[in-house]
Amino acid sequence: MRKLLVLAAFVVLALGAAACGSDDDSSSASSGDGGGDLSGTIRIDGSSTVAPLSEAAAELFQGENPGVKVTVGTSGTGGGFEKFCVGETDISDASRKIEEDEVALCKKNGIAFEEVQVANDALSVVVNPENPVECMTVDQLKQIWNTDSKVKSWGQVTGLVADVGDEQMALFGPGTDSGTFDYFTEAINGEEGVSRADYNNIGEDDNGVINGVAGDQWALGYVPYSFVEESGGKVKPVAIENPETGDCVEPTLENVQDGSYAPLGRGLYVYPSGAALKKQEVLDFLTFYIESNDAITEAATFVPMTAAQKDESLDEVHALAEGGK
Amino acid sequence: MSDPIRSAERTRLATAGARSVTEATVLGGQPTRDVLKGRVFFAFLLLMVGLALLGLAALIVDAVIDGSSRLDTSLITESTSRISPETAGYANAILGTVYLIGAVILMVVPLGVGAALYLEEYADRDRWWNRVVEVNVQNLAAVPSIVYGILGLAFIVRGPIDLGFILFAGAITLSLLVLPTVIIAGREAIRAVPPSIREGSLALGATKWQTIRRQVLPAAIPGIATGVILAVSRAAGETAPLLLVGATTFVTFNPTVFGDNGYTALPVLIFNNAKQAQPEFQVLAAAGIVLMLVVILVMNSFAIWLRNRYEQRW
Amino acid sequence: MEAASPTAAASTGGALPPRSLEASSPRYGEKAIHGLLALCAALSVVTTTAIVFSLVEPALGFFGEVPIADFLFGVEWAPTFSPATFGVLPIVVATLMVTFWGLLVAIPMGLGAAIYLSEYASPRVRKTIKPALEILAGMPTVAIGFFALYFLRPLLEDLLPFLPWSGPFSAGVAGVAVGLMVVPIVASISQDAMSAVPSGLREAAYGLGATRMRVATRVIFPAALSGIVASIVLATSRAIGETMIVLLAAGASPNLTASFTESVQTMTAFIGQTATGDIATGTITYDTIFAVGLLLFVMTLLLNLVSIRLVRKYREVYD
Repeated sequence: MRKLLVLAAFVVLALGAAACGSDDDSSSASSGDGGGDLSGTIRIDGSSTVAPLSEAAAELFQGENPGVKVTVGTSGTGGGFEKFCVGETDISDASRKIEEDEVALCKKNGIAFEEVQVANDALSVVVNPENPVECMTVDQLKQIWNTDSKVKSWGQVTGLVADVGDEQMALFGPGTDSGTFDYFTEAINGEEGVSRADYNNIGEDDNGVINGVAGDQWALGYVPYSFVEESGGKVKPVAIENPETGDCVEPTLENVQDGSYAPLGRGLYVYPSGAALKKQEVLDFLTFYIESNDAITEAATFVPMTAAQKDESLDEVHALAEGGK
Repeated sequence: MSDPIRSAERTRLATAGARSVTEATVLGGQPTRDVLKGRVFFAFLLLMVGLALLGLAALIVDAVIDGSSRLDTSLITESTSRISPETAGYANAILGTVYLIGAVILMVVPLGVGAALYLEEYADRDRWWNRVVEVNVQNLAAVPSIVYGILGLAFIVRGPIDLGFILFAGAITLSLLVLPTVIIAGREAIRAVPPSIREGSLALGATKWQTIRRQVLPAAIPGIATGVILAVSRAAGETAPLLLVGATTFVTFNPTVFGDNGYTALPVLIFNNAKQAQPEFQVLAAAGIVLMLVVILVMNSFAIWLRNRYEQRW
Repeated sequence: MEAASPTAAASTGGALPPRSLEASSPRYGEKAIHGLLALCAALSVVTTTAIVFSLVEPALGFFGEVPIADFLFGVEWAPTFSPATFGVLPIVVATLMVTFWGLLVAIPMGLGAAIYLSEYASPRVRKTIKPALEILAGMPTVAIGFFALYFLRPLLEDLLPFLPWSGPFSAGVAGVAVGLMVVPIVASISQDAMSAVPSGLREAAYGLGATRMRVATRVIFPAALSGIVASIVLATSRAIGETMIVLLAAGASPNLTASFTESVQTMTAFIGQTATGDIATGTITYDTIFAVGLLLFVMTLLLNLVSIRLVRKYREVYD
């Protein structure tokens, strides 16, 4: 028993030394060699939709600047803003615009911020590859997804240009607390949060929509672009009729960038704080994030920004860094 | 406990037993009905055990098959990666989990055993405040893990204790989560030590604490070890509270217990990997599950050895 | 532990006055230890107070906007929709149903394993199986959740094709997975309780000619009942409070149903999702987390008050 205690004590001491040891602090003193001579810590938190982008950016940036430590959390857009507006994080990932209450909180704590676009996304409506439907209108989607919608089968959707008969329709959608849900309901049903409630709610895991639609010939769902791209053909994205031009537009990189994939194309944003941008490593990181956009969005499977969007983002970053509001 | 009912039950049992013996010796052989019932019962028990083990086996095999392509040492040595999941690993998360487990054990064993001892040995059950503590402990065992996350965020990370989003705060949150399990299991173990042991020790002149330290505790160690194993295993596998308390999911460097540069843990990273779109992440998640199994195995083996050394039957 | 009752003075011509059995010198070390241990126990009260504080304040804000009756008795749970409804019954029923399926699986398997390990298994078998159960206890709930989603769900559909399956989520599958998760709790603690029954009782029963099954079910089981009930209560508590498995396998649709196959959202899954989702903190929608958390807390408190009474009733003391 005594030997056991001695051994245990020794192990604890050893671990303790390792655990508490060498804590590189977040000072901005230059260090290291080769590549960048930046050092410091950058804290990012927020939406789990935007997180893959920030993570890719962080990893690529750290590759060139090994002295900088970047961490990316996924507490959700709301949780991210809560931390951001009390100064606990440097950058907030967001899959929706900042809300009034959050703006007020930031103002109360003197956090100046700016909304900076970092990528585009194509919210894709997906069906099973065996489903003959190729194109749908916003109105048809609204018939299906509006509150109190009684549509239970494909035959009840009016005006479909495809031979679908009257098969039972299974619906899959994201969690009702997600930015994807908010964006889709606003674009299709006209107001955030307006949606029928009786669909297969996949909660946290967007793969659930892909798997669900892939497993049911007559299912329909909506997911962010990256999941469709990575699904390897398990599901088929539906072209959406542009409300203005009347053309059926598929969710591809080009269509999102030139704006023809409407209304389901959206921008993805991060919110840096003015205080954070005063730190050289954060400013460099954000600049890198925007300039290396192509590599980052390819790694995370998102739609890159256009040159014009990149310029605008860079301008916003520099404006905020130089004192902003 | 009504005594007349107890003794009536025992009398009935004794009579039944005596009848069985008579039937067996005088009338030759157990009644076939009994033998059959016995066999069916035994088969049922085996089935139950078999199903549980089968469930475990299915879990493990499923994970191993899904993750087989990534089961190599790079899993342990490589850091998290977003851009190259085919070569990513769990190095940072493993260290985070190890530190968390260590800190939890250090906190939970003394506090849990202490509380269990107090409740079993010292507390006068007629006093209302002791009953309040009892009810408290049992209730805390039922509180969902995510509520502990809310508690951790409000009181430990921020609030009065204000540690910030550091690994130690996560460890405290997890300790609070599993403390009731240790206390309850510890109480059962201490209660199981027959009073005669205690009374004998006291009669020989030992003080209460000496009795506890030299007689009761050593006898109760197997049961306490069971409770600690269950508790720490659970703490190691918890995801939800850690997410709220600051276990960020993307960290590419090694964590420290008190450093505020961010940390992650194995289950958190596995959860995040499994939610990603790229199929390579799914494989990585499955491999991560296998990794967790190994960690659990190592912990459990040590605890089992400990328990086997001190097992006693009265 | 009760103090030894002071023996009365000798009944025959007791010339000496009864002696005090208190210690002759105050032992401060003992008192210090008593105090220290009491502090450990008091920590639980501190924890509960903290939990109540962190839940009640935002919940009060919530109940300022939403009438309690609407909350407790409403049957539509859609706080993130617009217009929002806050009837909590669907998620309460979901929690209870998942727990029910879980216990249906865990109690027979756990008790069966416990009886087998305690009464039938040879020490070698016991040394192999008990650790295996503990490994099951250590499985991260994330792993069990994905196992339920990708393995159990197809398996159960194959085994029970007559049920109305639809979609990848189901309350029943999540319940079975939760049951599998708590089997080690029931098995381990029950088995410890059964092993603690003094061998003398066992041997006496065998000596009287009882069969093994009779000893296990009529002697050992009732004797260990308090430990067994405690293990089941603990398992129930764990099942009610489980978050990850239900989040992954039961889905996120708050349907009010008792069906095995339908997707449901339990209270814990709702809290888990919303707390890490994109809802803005400080809004009524976000405060639903605290209201539901408070309700969960009260429910389990009531459950435990009832069970403590049960356990006390069945406690057996030997020697």
